[in-house]
Amino acid sequence: MNVISMLWNELVAITIQFIASLPYFAAYIGIILATLAVWRVVKRSLTPKKDFGSLKTVTFGDESAVSSNFVASVVSVVLIFLIWGSFTGSRFVPSFLHMPGAFSGELTFTYTAENAEGVQDDAEVRVIVHKLGEEPTLPQIEIGEGWAKNDVLAVQTYRSKLLLWDKNDDFDRKAGAKIVSINGQAMTPGSSLEIANGRVAVTDKGTINVEPATGWQMEPIWLPAPESVFVFRLGQIWSEGYKNYSLGEHLGYSLFRVVVGFLFGALIGIPLGYAMGLNDWFRGWFDPIVEFMRPVPPLALIPLIIIWFGIGEVGKVILLTLAALWIMTIAARAGVSGVRISKVHAAYSLGASKWQIMRFVIIPNSLPEIFTGARVAMGVCWGTVVAAELVAAEKGIGMMIMTASKFQQTDIVILGIVIIGIIGFGIDMFVRWLERVLVPWKGRG
Amino acid sequence: MSGLSINNISMRFDLPNGGSVQALKNVTLNLRPGELMSVLGPSGCGKTTLLNIVAGFLAPTEGKIELNGNHVTGPSAERGMVFQQGALFEWMSVRDNVGFGPRMKGANKAETREKVDHLLDVVGLGDFKEKAVYELSGGMQQRVALARCLANDPDVILMDEPLGALDALTREKMQSLVLKLWKETGKTIILITHSVEEALLLGERLLVMAPRPGRIHREYRLPFADLGVGQDLREVKKHPDYAKTREEILSMIWDMEEEIMGRSETAQ
Repeated sequence: MNVISMLWNELVAITIQFIASLPYFAAYIGIILATLAVWRVVKRSLTPKKDFGSLKTVTFGDESAVSSNFVASVVSVVLIFLIWGSFTGSRFVPSFLHMPGAFSGELTFTYTAENAEGVQDDAEVRVIVHKLGEEPTLPQIEIGEGWAKNDVLAVQTYRSKLLLWDKNDDFDRKAGAKIVSINGQAMTPGSSLEIANGRVAVTDKGTINVEPATGWQMEPIWLPAPESVFVFRLGQIWSEGYKNYSLGEHLGYSLFRVVVGFLFGALIGIPLGYAMGLNDWFRGWFDPIVEFMRPVPPLALIPLIIIWFGIGEVGKVILLTLAALWIMTIAARAGVSGVRISKVHAAYSLGASKWQIMRFVIIPNSLPEIFTGARVAMGVCWGTVVAAELVAAEKGIGMMIMTASKFQQTDIVILGIVIIGIIGFGIDMFVRWLERVLVPWKGRG
Repeated sequence: MSGLSINNISMRFDLPNGGSVQALKNVTLNLRPGELMSVLGPSGCGKTTLLNIVAGFLAPTEGKIELNGNHVTGPSAERGMVFQQGALFEWMSVRDNVGFGPRMKGANKAETREKVDHLLDVVGLGDFKEKAVYELSGGMQQRVALARCLANDPDVILMDEPLGALDALTREKMQSLVLKLWKETGKTIILITHSVEEALLLGERLLVMAPRPGRIHREYRLPFADLGVGQDLREVKKHPDYAKTREEILSMIWDMEEEIMGRSETAQ
């Protein structure tokens, strides 16, 4: 099969998945639009229509008239947690908002079996569906009359179980006994039947497979409830750590790698960028290197770094230095090239020497560009360190979620992702704050 | 010999396609100390090139510039420059901008501060000394630029359309300020402008340049700058010669512009 047709099949499969998921997106958008409608009504009743803003006739297409609606942001965040909670049966969400959960309790059905002589007999099956970690108590049952005897079975929620119905019967499958119907419906090997709170099927080998209904809620190994992530796991990892290192150590190592890698990258990159901006020989020397290395994603360097430096701190710091280096070089170069020639001329005609022009004009003039570069570089470094830790590391937040995923500890994975997001956001805010404090003239030249 | 002498300056720029442009041809000019000269001409007549050569940012292809008998070979503090806009250092306060020149020379800090504060009072920015320059209006920024140039005490001040980006009212106020500073400090000033009115008001001598190649077309000696010192400039504009000279120069420049247009039309 050639590549085109293989890719075509993939595309078809993806498109089908996408279309199948559309109703869920539509439902989500519907909820948002409904809250919008409610908010409009509330707002209209709260504020009279004749304020100054209502006099502004042209708002569509006027970018300045669009600012982030705080209510919409709150709705957005609350809704995510509400959906999450209601599909996981969270304690944080009132129970009337819960999606129907997995069935637990007792379900019953009756099977009719036929032995080799053609004698049919009925037997009742009681299935006790219990939650994970609960010890079911099996009831005492009457074995009933006839050759087929009643059965009892314990099944855990979200699981299915084979019922060897013939084990206690007078005739077993080896003796030619087989299921002919369940709850009065004719059955053959391979066919299945929906019953109240579950589904039963006759397998090819003639046993009965019992599947209690799973409902609409997600099983915790796929999606744990919010409280199990933010209360149980966070508390546990906070106090006990994970895989021999505390949460602080995991985060500390990740941040250490980012900060040290970024600092080395800036330490090399900024002078290099200045040299490239001020001297044609340096520009010619490093242009091919910088222009080639810049589009190479740092993640692509991970295998080489591991081969050369192993999975320790040296390799990580070198990787992040490389991730930050080109960004900082280009930012510093752009900062130098972006200086208005009239500023340099003015400084010359005020009697400044070359060194003084460097110190008092070119460097301060390049700082806004360098800060923009630093923001981008810190973001890239944070992403790269997590990815590098996913591949191979002994500690770090990325290593934590990678290891947790191997043990299907989904709550730790989600917790790690949330922490990574918060720290990435925090880094960006921090650099923005630094920028406001240190280069208040940015964009106002 | 004191004063600024521009001796037979020619400037040719080589173009990347192998051709060249004659930006200036045989420009000769002498300014005595304390003279105020405005330069006027259509676009492409080489005004800014001439100023950049005098400032030392460009080396002329032929000829030489002398200031007080010394050959000019590069930029220096004796020839101060005021640009149209965007030449202030926005990372420094108003005071640090004005004190930049003395600071570069390593002048006494207390003296510099006194001088800077005095100059800021003179240009009317006494209340804005600690402000950041980007907090000031365009007119105020040009006042800072003037004060910064004066703080360095240059022999010659070169102004490249210093008031070009200002609105009409601010511009008139600034014209009075330039005249006042000229008279008080006695500096030699060359001022490039696109406005005929400004050239008339701010020029003891008015130089009209012609394009292709850039050259001196005509020179006037005018009484308006002297009349305007400390006066309402609108009164100066009522002088009988003012309107006459203005019309004469305007039609001269119009003719040049039309010649350029005609030439480019026939070239097509």
